[in-house]
Amino acid sequence: MVFKGGRSMKVSLQDHVLVPKHEILKEEEVEELLKLLRVSKEQLPKIKASDPIVKEIGAKPGDVVKITRKSLTAGVSIFYRLVVE
Amino acid sequence: MYPKRISAIKFEVLSPQEMRRMSVAKLNNPETYDDDGFPVEGGLMDTRLGVIDPGLKCKTCGGKYGECPGHFGHIELAAPVIHVGYAKIIARLLSGTCRECGRILMKDDRRDKFIREIERLKALGQSYEDVLKEIFRITKAAKKCPHCGAEQLEIKFEKPTSFYEVIDPETKEEQKLTPKDVRERLEKIPNDDLPAFGLDPKSVRPEWFVLTVLPVPPVTVRPSIILETGQRSEDDLTHKLVDIIRINQRFLENRDTGAPQQILEDLWELLQYHITTYFDNEVSGIPPARHRSGRPLKTLAQRLKGKDGRFRGSLSGKRVNFSARTVISPDPCISICEVGVPEEVAKELSVPIFVTPNNLDFAREFLRRRESPKASYVIRPDGKRIRVIDSNREEIAEKLEPGWVVERELMDGDVVLFNRQPSLHRMSIMAHYVRVLPYKTFRLNPAVCPPYNADFDGDEMNLHVPQSLEAQAEAKILMAVQEHVLSPRFGGPIIGGIHDHITGLYLLTRGEKKFSKEEAMDFLRAVDLSEIPAKEEYTGKEIFSFILPKISIRFKAEICQGCAVCKEEKCENDAFVVIEDGKLLKGTIDEKAVGAFKGIVIDEIMRKFGAAVTRKFIDDMTKLAIRVITRLGFTIGIDDEDIPKEAVQQIEETISEAEKRAEELIKAYREGNLEPMPGRSVEETLEMRIMQELGKARDRAGKIAGRYLGMDNSAVIMAVSGARGSMLNLTQMAACIGQQSVRGERLTRGYAYTHRTTSHFKPMDLGAKAKGFVRSSYKSGLSPIEFFFHAAGGREGLVDTAVRTSQSGYLQRRMINALQDLKVEYDGTVREQTSGVIVQFKYGEDGVDPMKSFRGKALDVKRIVKEVMGVKE
Repeated sequence: MVFKGGRSMKVSLQDHVLVPKHEILKEEEVEELLKLLRVSKEQLPKIKASDPIVKEIGAKPGDVVKITRKSLTAGVSIFYRLVVE
Repeated sequence: MYPKRISAIKFEVLSPQEMRRMSVAKLNNPETYDDDGFPVEGGLMDTRLGVIDPGLKCKTCGGKYGECPGHFGHIELAAPVIHVGYAKIIARLLSGTCRECGRILMKDDRRDKFIREIERLKALGQSYEDVLKEIFRITKAAKKCPHCGAEQLEIKFEKPTSFYEVIDPETKEEQKLTPKDVRERLEKIPNDDLPAFGLDPKSVRPEWFVLTVLPVPPVTVRPSIILETGQRSEDDLTHKLVDIIRINQRFLENRDTGAPQQILEDLWELLQYHITTYFDNEVSGIPPARHRSGRPLKTLAQRLKGKDGRFRGSLSGKRVNFSARTVISPDPCISICEVGVPEEVAKELSVPIFVTPNNLDFAREFLRRRESPKASYVIRPDGKRIRVIDSNREEIAEKLEPGWVVERELMDGDVVLFNRQPSLHRMSIMAHYVRVLPYKTFRLNPAVCPPYNADFDGDEMNLHVPQSLEAQAEAKILMAVQEHVLSPRFGGPIIGGIHDHITGLYLLTRGEKKFSKEEAMDFLRAVDLSEIPAKEEYTGKEIFSFILPKISIRFKAEICQGCAVCKEEKCENDAFVVIEDGKLLKGTIDEKAVGAFKGIVIDEIMRKFGAAVTRKFIDDMTKLAIRVITRLGFTIGIDDEDIPKEAVQQIEETISEAEKRAEELIKAYREGNLEPMPGRSVEETLEMRIMQELGKARDRAGKIAGRYLGMDNSAVIMAVSGARGSMLNLTQMAACIGQQSVRGERLTRGYAYTHRTTSHFKPMDLGAKAKGFVRSSYKSGLSPIEFFFHAAGGREGLVDTAVRTSQSGYLQRRMINALQDLKVEYDGTVREQTSGVIVQFKYGEDGVDPMKSFRGKALDVKRIVKEVMGVKE
């Protein structure tokens, strides 16, 4: 975040309570996931590369992001999203 | 046999060559029939386009009426005309291309970049509309052609079909572009530039958006009807096409005779109008074409659009055979999984029997029968249908052999689907077993009213007969009523006792009532019980226990007063239900136990013993309850709401006191002494405090009335047991109706001048009476002013329901359209059916089927612990 006068402060979006945990999946993990679900990458839900959290963790288009979030019904639920332009 | 699959559909634009190629006749005669009533050659009813009169033969294919599917013709337009449907794309193309060379107003490398972007998005299956908009924005702004250097003028598009060029940007002088000019410009656009406008050069050329030929649909698409008077009445499309041909011919004649330019232009304009309205008669900006009677014509777009259009009316919503519709009425003596079908309906509907060596004799029997259920038709293996009548019965029965199909009338035990609109959830269509009954209504057990949301004030329902064994099996296994006792909406029972069932069981099980052997036998007469212990006297709880499966459960009943500390078994109110091993030991059975939506006992039976036992219990329970209430008698009348003088006195006092307190609040407000509540203005505070005071007063009045009405009052019994009505309803009948409101506020009218609700009050009067407080009861009657206020409040309720139903209906339609292709796969993921795109990785994030959940929760831990450990709480 850049303030007036050019001073900047590093704020991690991940620190915010409402932002769930995002992490980039490794190549092997992606393969394993796709095999498990029997889908191609394009059949996963998408997330934009311009999404602030995607930028922060440095995911590039083509990467798969694992999102671990709290859920009212299940406690913890895991989602995967394909980063697209 | 596997059905063929459609892998893709591609839409293209008809080219003039294509239109001529598929045409069988060039039409140029505005006449339809000659004096003898025969179709005119070259007219719109030309027999080459197919025939609609029986007796005539199609000149193209030789088919008679009913055989010939019809063939397209065409009209050669004297001058090109813009197609309304493509006017918007034309506007984009005109402003995006050079007026001289026809190239896109953009350098090639930039164009290619955009085209690649579009290709990429297409491959991903995403929308590329935004890219097109961006290209439009850039090309429109270009002042000079980057290819030939020609100056560009601004194109103005005037809806629906006119284009102008601004010749002089300063004086804003405009010049009209005729469709001919437009077409010439579009012709110049090279194929390579088309993808940048979202067009595929393999299937579309932009000049085809300007019509030079008009296809004429076959007569079978626009049949004329013959009125009772013998007059012919043509279809709206034919009318419109007649107009087009007439103007087209006029234009030709005028041009050939060398008429002045102005007249030709007017005719051209008129031709444009007719062709525009031929496609869409609801285009904004031009008056709709009308019939002689003044009714707007129903042209092509109108045939497709809207609720009664081809898509929603004829394709999604077809009328079907093997169905019936009539008024419904109650019959507590049939099972919840049955439906009473009138004899007349049963005779009309049929079920096919597919004859095999095994059921040959069975099928033959129906053929020989002369009374219902008898066979109505047989279908031979060669597909011929033979009607079975008394004279050919025996003959057909003799000939019958495997491979034939016998269509027999509906009879007891057949499975049918029963439906009530609006079909908002899956319980709106359930499978029932037929019971053929006399009279003319469908009969259903009142316990299945809640899932259908039906009542008997004139409701009608539909019945469908599945025609294949597969469909019948699916209906029995998946759609049977007993499979839907638990609702997937909240994981509780949606089928259960209503109204009299609850009152009946309440009367039976409350306290320690004793019934003689005879009475008990009468109550249980309709219930199928093999054995009951011999006794001279039975308590109501014992009688109820006879129909109860072996469950153990403890809970607070609906009549529970909510004491601070629950005394459980020792409840003075008999409001704590204890069932052990199928014996009702303590407590009263009411809505909480057996009611639809609440029914804990039903829920428990369903979970422990499954659908069949639950069905039997609900059947027995409703039958028992109806017997009990019939025998004991149950009624209400006006004098049930009579309360003694001293009660009236007390109520009067309470209300007067509250009104006085309201006055005090107003006084404090006027003097500026009223302390505003946090976040509220003083005025709002005053309103809220007054509402609160008056609300309290009504509740207190209700309590007083309730004290005097007593627990043996029929209306009170219904209210506390949850059968019908509430204590509030009783309060309003017996004591005080209370504050009337519109939008949650007391009634108000006027700000500056009137500032009063009616002229019976002084302006600015903030008192209880002046702002819609009704102190009378329904029984004592309302004063005229109170009545007026009451009507105002009542009106809001009516408007609310009307608005809500239409809004939620549209909301539901949109939601269904959005979710229709989603399915929960066996691995628990939710996926879109055609693309396989994952929507949820686990259904509902927890993978729980709400119907099999316990009141919305995945697990009922308490219950499991209890069952495993055998511990009583």
